Amino acid sequence: MATLVHTETLDLAARFPGAVTADTRPGYSGWIVNKENLVEVATTLRDEFGFDLLSHVTGVDYFPDKMEVVYNAYRTTGGPGIFFKVQVPRVDPIEVPSVTPIWPGAEFQEREIFDLYGIKFTNHPDLRRILMWEGFDGHPLRKDWHEPFYEEDNKPFKSRWPDGKFLSAEDKNPYKDNLRFPQGFDPEKITFDGEAALYGALAKYQTTDKNGLKTDHVIVNMGPQHPSTHGVFRAAVVLDGETVIGLKPVMGYLHRNHEKIGERNTFLQNMPFTDRLDYFNSMSNNWGYSLAVEKLMGVKPPERAEYLRVIMAELSRIQNHLILIGMLLNDLGTFFTPALYAFEERELILDIFEATSGTRMMCNYHRFGGVARDLPAGVFEKIRDLVEDRIPRKADEFDRFLTENEVLVSRMKGVKVINGEDAINYSITGPVLRAAGIPYDVRRAQPYGIYDRFDFDVALRHNGDLYDNYLIRLDEIRQSVRILQQALKQMPEGPVMTGKPQYQVRVPAGESYGRIEAPKGELGFYIISTGKPNPWRYHVRAPSFINITALEKMCVGQKIADFVAILGVIDIVLGELDR
Amino acid sequence: MTDNKELNSPGYEIPDDLAHAVSITTIDRLYNWGRRSSVWPLMFGLACCAIEMIAAQASRYDLARFGMEVMRPSPRQSDLMIVAGTVTKKMVPSIVRLYNQMPEPKYVMAMGACASGGGPFKEGYNVVAGVDKFIPVDVYVPGCPPTPQALIAGLIKLQEKIDKQSIRKVRWYRKGADTVQIPVPVLGPDIMDPRRYDEIKRLASRAVPAGEKPAEAVEATSSPAEEA
Amino acid sequence: MYGKGILKGLGVTLKRFVDTYLDDIAWWGRRYYNDEGIAHRSSAKGRGIFTVQYPEEKLPVPEEFRYVPFLVYDEGADGKKEIRCTSCGICAKVCPPQCIWIVRSNDPQTGRPIPEPTEFFIDADICMNCGFCAEYCPFDAIIMDHDYEIASYKRNVFNMEQLLKPASYYKSIRPLNYARNEEERKAKEAAKAAKAEAAS
Repeated sequence: MATLVHTETLDLAARFPGAVTADTRPGYSGWIVNKENLVEVATTLRDEFGFDLLSHVTGVDYFPDKMEVVYNAYRTTGGPGIFFKVQVPRVDPIEVPSVTPIWPGAEFQEREIFDLYGIKFTNHPDLRRILMWEGFDGHPLRKDWHEPFYEEDNKPFKSRWPDGKFLSAEDKNPYKDNLRFPQGFDPEKITFDGEAALYGALAKYQTTDKNGLKTDHVIVNMGPQHPSTHGVFRAAVVLDGETVIGLKPVMGYLHRNHEKIGERNTFLQNMPFTDRLDYFNSMSNNWGYSLAVEKLMGVKPPERAEYLRVIMAELSRIQNHLILIGMLLNDLGTFFTPALYAFEERELILDIFEATSGTRMMCNYHRFGGVARDLPAGVFEKIRDLVEDRIPRKADEFDRFLTENEVLVSRMKGVKVINGEDAINYSITGPVLRAAGIPYDVRRAQPYGIYDRFDFDVALRHNGDLYDNYLIRLDEIRQSVRILQQALKQMPEGPVMTGKPQYQVRVPAGESYGRIEAPKGELGFYIISTGKPNPWRYHVRAPSFINITALEKMCVGQKIADFVAILGVIDIVLGELDR
Repeated sequence: MTDNKELNSPGYEIPDDLAHAVSITTIDRLYNWGRRSSVWPLMFGLACCAIEMIAAQASRYDLARFGMEVMRPSPRQSDLMIVAGTVTKKMVPSIVRLYNQMPEPKYVMAMGACASGGGPFKEGYNVVAGVDKFIPVDVYVPGCPPTPQALIAGLIKLQEKIDKQSIRKVRWYRKGADTVQIPVPVLGPDIMDPRRYDEIKRLASRAVPAGEKPAEAVEATSSPAEEA
Repeated sequence: MYGKGILKGLGVTLKRFVDTYLDDIAWWGRRYYNDEGIAHRSSAKGRGIFTVQYPEEKLPVPEEFRYVPFLVYDEGADGKKEIRCTSCGICAKVCPPQCIWIVRSNDPQTGRPIPEPTEFFIDADICMNCGFCAEYCPFDAIIMDHDYEIASYKRNVFNMEQLLKPASYYKSIRPLNYARNEEERKAKEAAKAAKAEAAS
């Protein structure tokens, strides 16, 4: 690899004259790449400049003239990332070359853009709808597409005040329901089969064996209602005996239109919606979003608020990993007893969240420029008790009774999840990547908040098997405890909010990407503001969604029972996966 | 959580000398007591609320005290469907199918705002505005998400409902089909309830499709590129 | 040795079982059905059983706990409900899922708005309990409730009648917030009086 150029000094326009121009719109950064040169530029970025981790791909609809596809790549060695964009006229068919051959991690994200924006990616291996079903009418994230309960482009809606006669949304829709059909549609004449595309994608696994005899392979649909899929996730698995030979995840069963609603909301109104992304870790979700908006606004939270953010985020990480370990054992067959023990400390952490923010799970704690309120009396002591006593005790207890347990060891040791190189290619972040030996942690790679002040190790394991994925969670709990101990000692007195709390915030025009190391991986929020009260584009880079891209790669060749455990350690949460 | 006193109060005078020797109750009460103390929920979570449902199962709230700890992953073995979370259009065919597969007597609880009426995501294009549009709901628990204690309060409310039922009147001992079968919705351009095909056909033949905005509103949407 | 791990695991459960009774003896008769006992079970020292036996005993809710909002009224001299809400509409504007509907009152003679709502609706089946309405209300007129036992047999759309609760209730569930609000109000009134005095 050539010597690495700093992202700030890297001049792509000089390297690719005529093909790349700098993005000079006010508030924007990065490069605009010609559609024809995209593959070439992307390959160079990866191979020559070392941007090996494609963080996210997303579309933006600049109604009425352009569509844009935004790529954001990072180096796994750390440092800032690079944005590059492709602009295409907003006339169907909209086509952009796929980057999946370069970064396989783009596969599902490109499918999502195809689904929600109708941009076709040429050379994509399996371009189907992903969140909505085949046959759905329209591409919902386009600005000129309106949902059945459409009222106005932006909140607050005028019908609520001052003449807010209660009228449910159903009453305004001709179907008296959340429905929308093309004109002249006749439901009895429907001909397409929604599942045909999925099974078509699996048809290639119908192979013949060596003797020329055709082997019948079984397709098993796990989910959407299945106890081990951690929610309404579905996987169509092709089995040869007990071995997985093909697998296609099917998602969208919890697609709650987060991004469409987010573009209708004002900036502040999005805060409680972020709680419901990864509903285990609302504290970290809040942080990612407030980072992105604070970057645009140019405000900085006061010291005490920074510490409170760290404390809450780390507590959140601990309870997330506790559940993960408990539920992983559930998946391995020790039904619910370990989970009961894991839930105990989680309840105590949730008590702290409840006392501080008001609810157990949907904390809605961050505000732009601080946090909603200070710790109430007595909560500091509770956190200290937990951090000094109960959580380390629980981690040791798990260690004592699980780590050496022969059932666990025989089920987990040597069952490969993914190796480091593939993990980077598939844009995997978080503990799964670190268990495969890549020390990439956003808290160290590009520190946010005050993480540069703490002394902690990036938890790292090298085998990338199930067992390491389990151990790394315990390691991370211990590291979080270390951070918490330091944070509790250093936390200063003072205000928790910069300026006065406001419900209308002014966010200057521009784009912004705020990312944090969420317990499940890199959680990012990509926001485009036009200077109005509502974001023009609000995109969530959800770690669960992107980590699942490699599921087929991880599971092929394994036993079906291991698929359940692998899904368990990837740590998906459906609210974030489907958004 | 029924104590025997409740079970043993048939509304008859019991002579004092027999009061501690015999128990008199009605068949209804005995029947309902048995059912209310062993409501097995379907192990079925949709979204955020499901986590609170698991928390209610776990050590601190312990639904085993109500005989509800046996979460069955199979609808064939369960009595109660706790619809815990946002019901999406893509998911609703599966939910209706699960409901159809549950044996009588069966109950449905809409846990949280989303399952009750669409919740904060109601305006979304893929969200069903309340599961009661498709299957009958017995108890609604508001909250986003309801805390485990609120869920248990809802379950107690359900037990009260069971208590009021009479073996002579319940639908599952009537003549006719064994269970209530609901036609499974179909995914077309949007979710289609087979019970409403005629209505959809009639309305779709009218002028402006639902959700389409009037012409003048299009002008209002301006692009940031124009303003920059 | 095979089976050792299983025995160890069972040991955890057994230890927990024994711990429960040891704690019961140490706390003879005071461990259940009171707040002190619940606090002990959830503290760092608590060993053994962890269960809070709802509904016989309830986990105390912290002051900041939020459920569905309600409207506050002050009890007037003759039992009249003096609604604090001025129908300024901030709560309806800030509400993320837009579940608040307010009809502002107009003076029948002049036709100008008067600071009182005629109608006020909250759709509890849309409300996401985020607490923004209470947080940004300048008059402390809308407050997040603590009452979570509101399961019902039908959908929940609350009108003004159902939403109104007295200030004394507010004081009982959120004493610290109430005291702080009262202080602010007094300070504001004092400032107003001082200003009026200075002007005259």
